[in-house]
Amino acid sequence: MTVQTADRRGSASGAAARTSRHRSSWRRRRSAIPGFGLTLGVTMALLSLIVLIPLTAVAIKAASLSPADFARVAFSERAMLAYRLSFGAAFVAAIINGVFGLLTAWVLARYKFPGKAFIDGLVDLPFALPTAVAGIALASLYAPNGWLGAPLAKIGVTAAYNPLGVVIALTFIGLPFVVRTVEPVIAHLAADVEEASASLGASRLSTLMRVILPALAPAWLTGFALAFARGIGEYGSVIFIAGNKPYISEIAPLLIVIQLEQFEHAGAAAIALVMLVASFVLLLAINGIQAWARRFQA
Amino acid sequence: MTDLTISIQDLSKKFGRYPALNGVSLDIAPGELLALLGPSGSGKTTLLRSIAGLEFPDQGKVLFDGEDVTFASAAARRVGFVFQQYALFAHMTVAKNIAFGLDVRKGADKPPKAAIEARVEELLKLVELDGLGKRFPSQLSGGQRQRVALSRALAVGPRVLLLDEPFGALDATVRKSLRKELRRIHDATGVTTIFVTHDQEEALELADRVAILNLGEIEQVGTPHEVYDSPASAFVCGFVGEANRFEGAVTKGRFTAGSITLAAKGVADGPASAFVRPHDLHPAKDGLAVKVSRIVLQGPLAKLDGHTADGRHVEAAFARDGVEGFNPGMTVKLAVQKAHIYPPT
Repeated sequence: MTVQTADRRGSASGAAARTSRHRSSWRRRRSAIPGFGLTLGVTMALLSLIVLIPLTAVAIKAASLSPADFARVAFSERAMLAYRLSFGAAFVAAIINGVFGLLTAWVLARYKFPGKAFIDGLVDLPFALPTAVAGIALASLYAPNGWLGAPLAKIGVTAAYNPLGVVIALTFIGLPFVVRTVEPVIAHLAADVEEASASLGASRLSTLMRVILPALAPAWLTGFALAFARGIGEYGSVIFIAGNKPYISEIAPLLIVIQLEQFEHAGAAAIALVMLVASFVLLLAINGIQAWARRFQA
Repeated sequence: MTDLTISIQDLSKKFGRYPALNGVSLDIAPGELLALLGPSGSGKTTLLRSIAGLEFPDQGKVLFDGEDVTFASAAARRVGFVFQQYALFAHMTVAKNIAFGLDVRKGADKPPKAAIEARVEELLKLVELDGLGKRFPSQLSGGQRQRVALSRALAVGPRVLLLDEPFGALDATVRKSLRKELRRIHDATGVTTIFVTHDQEEALELADRVAILNLGEIEQVGTPHEVYDSPASAFVCGFVGEANRFEGAVTKGRFTAGSITLAAKGVADGPASAFVRPHDLHPAKDGLAVKVSRIVLQGPLAKLDGHTADGRHVEAAFARDGVEGFNPGMTVKLAVQKAHIYPPT
């Protein structure tokens, strides 16, 4: 009796295996690289726990406000100016980093010079430094009586306690992202491609503009997007140098903290939700540009 | 089409302490298809790159039609260069790749857009890639990529076409068909062509003349027929074609190495190396006694592996009729039809 059952079960599972082998859905595709199901499962679980669920909670919390209250908190003039500063300064800082990060990456990948290892380590420092330390250091440097702030004040430029200060802090924070994403790509650019360009009559400038930079574009965009995203969310280093004057040098994350300190949790969530949606749309757009820049890759 | 004479005079180049070229002189005739053949590290690629202007020699001159271009830039020389790894611009379509050399020209030199497009079409047809102009290089096979690289180099109407191991990264079948292709394109365009290879079969099959390099020096320049039949040195004899090599000595015009004796007319007494091509050995009533260890039939040929009584390895190749009655283990007599004997260098 038992034998028979086992038999029947065996043949049934055999048949099931056969049909599933014939089914060519994406779930059952044969692959030489095992573990697709397992790794995807773990990834989804982690992403849900760490990213998706907390973000959903923000949305749910914000939804506890009436539409009128939501608009009052999230789209007040002060909030709008704070968004403008946060996104604008992050964008400007990412552009600055895009230019100088590319240069730094080029120097590090292409040349050997004394002290290279030191500079290489220096690039990563903004990653490791507690952001408050960076903020305090930048604030005292760029303050009107600081080492850099004093000469700037003489020519009429106020760096600290001004939107410019925000850009300075975000530039500091974002530099490693561009350098570290572009550098390996520069290192792996084949020398023969440049030689081919030269042998076809292209000048150094043409080679740079037509051959090298387009090849770096996808990695550069990734670095830019990372620096930009980091700048939007940055808090610790900015609040010391920004001065936090409402309507002038107040960033959106600070507005959220202010709401929290007044126990306005729903208000904080409302501002956070606006930032979230805006960031997501922007990053999606950058991803789109990136996909276009990568169109030549198989 | 072009009638450029290239003259290389006493070219030397060192990488650190290691000499890549050591006083190389070579003249290349207009419209010629020349192979630079040699083992890796022989300096053949350095020589090619010096002609292209991608490498600059420490000493010596490169003349194009008598004009000294030794230190002229690659762009100024108007050469077409094809790289082993294709070196295509990955972010450009095939058509854009081919048009690149014309696109980067400035002012009056730059042909109108329609002319560039027509030229690209013409070249795509020449390398039999019509219709693939809109693809990206990553969507092509290795052989197709090398064809694109070839037409990109030809697009600018180069005075000389230089190819660095052009078929090195391709599999055997594609390599053979591209070889024929290159010969056809050379004959169609008439452009002076120099290619580097370490594959002697490729050099002998494709080139009008072969220059054989070893350790930064040219050992011999000649037609495939000349370098094969009358190798100028022991190195050439061993490198071009297969050969049995015997180490021995010459006394009074006779070479001896154990049981092997060969006529060595005009070779000075002393230690020497003898080279005998497998097909210069054939079964005879009298000759070298060889104990057969293996017989392989290859199409019309029989290939025989064996040893002399004193243990020297011998390979022979002859028409398969001659092998009748031969069996592994038996001792046969092989007559030496031709041998090349060189004193040590």
